[in-house]
Amino acid sequence: MTHLAIPKTYKLYIGGKFPRSESGRVYEVRSTKGEFLANVAKGSRKDARDAVVAARAAVSGWAGATAYNRGQVLYRIAELLEGRRAQFVTEIRASEGVSEAAANAQVNEAIDRWVWYAGWADKYVQVTGNANPVSGPYFNISVPEPTGVVAIIAPQDSSLLGFVSALAPALVAGNTVVIIASETLPLSAISLSEVLATSDVPGGVVNILTGSPAEIAPWLASHADVNALDLVGAGALDWVELQISAADTLKRVYAPENGPDAAAPSLERITAFTETKTVWHTKSLI
Amino acid sequence: MSFLEYAPAPESQAILSLRDEYGLFINGEFVEGTGKPFQTISPATEKRIAMIASADSSDVDRAVAAARKAYDTTWSRMSGSDRGKYLFRIARLVQERARELAVAESLDNGKPIKESRDVDVPLVAAWFFYYAGWADKLDHAGLGANPASLGVAAQVIPWNFPILMLAWKIAPALAAGNTVVLKPAETTPLTALLFAEILQQAELPPGVVNIITGAGPTGAALVGHDDVNKVAFTGSTGVGRAIAKSIAGTQKSLTLELGGKAANIVFDDAPIDQAIEGIVNGIFFNQGHVCCAGSRLLVQESIHDEVVDRLKRRVSTLRLGDPLDKNTDIGAINSEAQLDRIRTLSEVGEQEGAERWSADCAIPEKGFWFAPTIFTNVASSHRIAREEIFGPVLSVLSFRTPAEAIAKANNTPYGLSAGIWSDNGSRILAVADKLRAGVIWANTFNRLDPASPFGGYKESGYGREGGRHGIAAYLAPASSISARAAVAAPVPKAAKSAKKASK
Repeated sequence: MTHLAIPKTYKLYIGGKFPRSESGRVYEVRSTKGEFLANVAKGSRKDARDAVVAARAAVSGWAGATAYNRGQVLYRIAELLEGRRAQFVTEIRASEGVSEAAANAQVNEAIDRWVWYAGWADKYVQVTGNANPVSGPYFNISVPEPTGVVAIIAPQDSSLLGFVSALAPALVAGNTVVIIASETLPLSAISLSEVLATSDVPGGVVNILTGSPAEIAPWLASHADVNALDLVGAGALDWVELQISAADTLKRVYAPENGPDAAAPSLERITAFTETKTVWHTKSLI
Repeated sequence: MSFLEYAPAPESQAILSLRDEYGLFINGEFVEGTGKPFQTISPATEKRIAMIASADSSDVDRAVAAARKAYDTTWSRMSGSDRGKYLFRIARLVQERARELAVAESLDNGKPIKESRDVDVPLVAAWFFYYAGWADKLDHAGLGANPASLGVAAQVIPWNFPILMLAWKIAPALAAGNTVVLKPAETTPLTALLFAEILQQAELPPGVVNIITGAGPTGAALVGHDDVNKVAFTGSTGVGRAIAKSIAGTQKSLTLELGGKAANIVFDDAPIDQAIEGIVNGIFFNQGHVCCAGSRLLVQESIHDEVVDRLKRRVSTLRLGDPLDKNTDIGAINSEAQLDRIRTLSEVGEQEGAERWSADCAIPEKGFWFAPTIFTNVASSHRIAREEIFGPVLSVLSFRTPAEAIAKANNTPYGLSAGIWSDNGSRILAVADKLRAGVIWANTFNRLDPASPFGGYKESGYGREGGRHGIAAYLAPASSISARAAVAAPVPKAAKSAKKASK
């Protein structure tokens, strides 16, 4: 008995839904040996804007969730990723042409990063906040808060691990994200959207665009409703132009990183997407 | 003579021994500038105080080279405890010469002597004292063990708190082990130059702090200099944008403290007497030349009329006049250009339909003055509710529910500060959570302290000054230096783009 395979249609992930690109465009993704793998949606300016609208709408819910809750949601991503390991191994092998062991190692590391960052959700405030001993009768405290909507250009030379390494830390504090996947290795990112959709991540918290980063990134860099721009995977683009464009709205911008250690796990990657709020309150005389 | 009329009580200028001309402070000495000297005047009398040297790009080169040499040979090699001792010395010298600095500040800037004497200068000493203690404790600054200084810091500061902004910039930079080239604003260079004399008295090694005077082009040459590692700017959002563009593609780290349009929210259960004082302090302190000023008053509708009436009564008692008079509440507007901007925006406020009320006070003949002004019937869309006026002009809006207050407060591209007045503690905490601003004052306003981080959300800039966060802005984790160096910008591209941006 043979079974005729049912190939998956790889689409965008915006506002918790899986639309095709409004432009109707797709592009071919091929294996390292040149075999056809899929027709992937080629996101447009309109898709990017729709993604920002969805991300903005999701900020209050995600930032307003308790830290314990956000930590559990991020941990659940790791649980579901573990359960669908075989699918990711298959896609990574097909896309990157690596051995099963190497693909498994990549999935392992991606799972571990979700777990590591999940644990930070209810701790980073304690580690990076401060009680301030001001000279006067005031209660004074500084706490980090999410910056808002973060646009990310994911590392381009990695299917799953680079994508997860860039995405996870931005979510910890309660930011929502619009992320452009690797142009040549997008399959794991799209499959991850299916994991996200079923792991209690509210719709709109993560929005995934596929297509040409060179085409889409400028619209995110100039968008007035994007608060921060992570250029971690933009090293091959004209990223200086993106940084200049982002300065018009004074976005927080993070520079490209290259190599296998790009977006390595760090507390700094969490705090990079936070703002410090300092609250003063009078103390009465008694 | 009414009870509000006081005999003049001017602070004596005899304590000052000013020179007629000031050079640039480079490598520990005053030297001549290459640009055309300019005068600094008293905005209260329009009289010349002194001639000030102007630095052109060759002077900027000299200053940065002095800072680099001091960084390489002295300051980065010195123990943290010795760096701290220099900063403690500076703090003490500022305290010793406090009255002189206060008089000079009020003369050059136009702010009331009671503010320069009781707020600006004491905070300068406090700032140096606070950061002095950090210099040998950097392992605890939150960046891990052995954090690295950044190198040469280019710092450009505004005219509204001249010597206080100098302290905010220089103290953490030096404590962290950086050296400094600082440019004060062209209308208020005087106290920075007196501060240079203090550095000489403190025997700070030459080149660790260099102070260069000049206008916008001097600042642009400084922040654009290739051998600068850190740029720190306080000023307008427009200039902040231009700086962010000009350093794109470089490895310079950047902190920006820019404009604001703070909401000061008064709920119907607020302690009204304190709230009135807080509103006055929020917008009329320092003639409203305050980036965190509470320039948008949001009053709950049920108490709107009462608050506005009492506010007008209180503002009518403010005394406007000679900044050096100890009874003065409202001093001079810092410059003619700023006065023009305040006048223009106030006229726009009237044209757009808001109702204008100004305190009935005598305006001196000479100098730049603007009577404290309150606009009522202001809508969120009015320019006086959206643009930073940077003057003694308050826009009053009303709201019905906490949700509406939060929505209106956040309806601005800025996010520097906000105020909340209420006797309901849980309401204060809930509202504070929702406000998108970096500093929130509850039942107080315009409090500043060296231990307390200050800085904005959104287009009010990024980075923090003050507190542990303020020292972190001048440090890098030990591990990140090599990682950052590994991703150098494509140099030709960066140069090309920088040119484009400057057009």
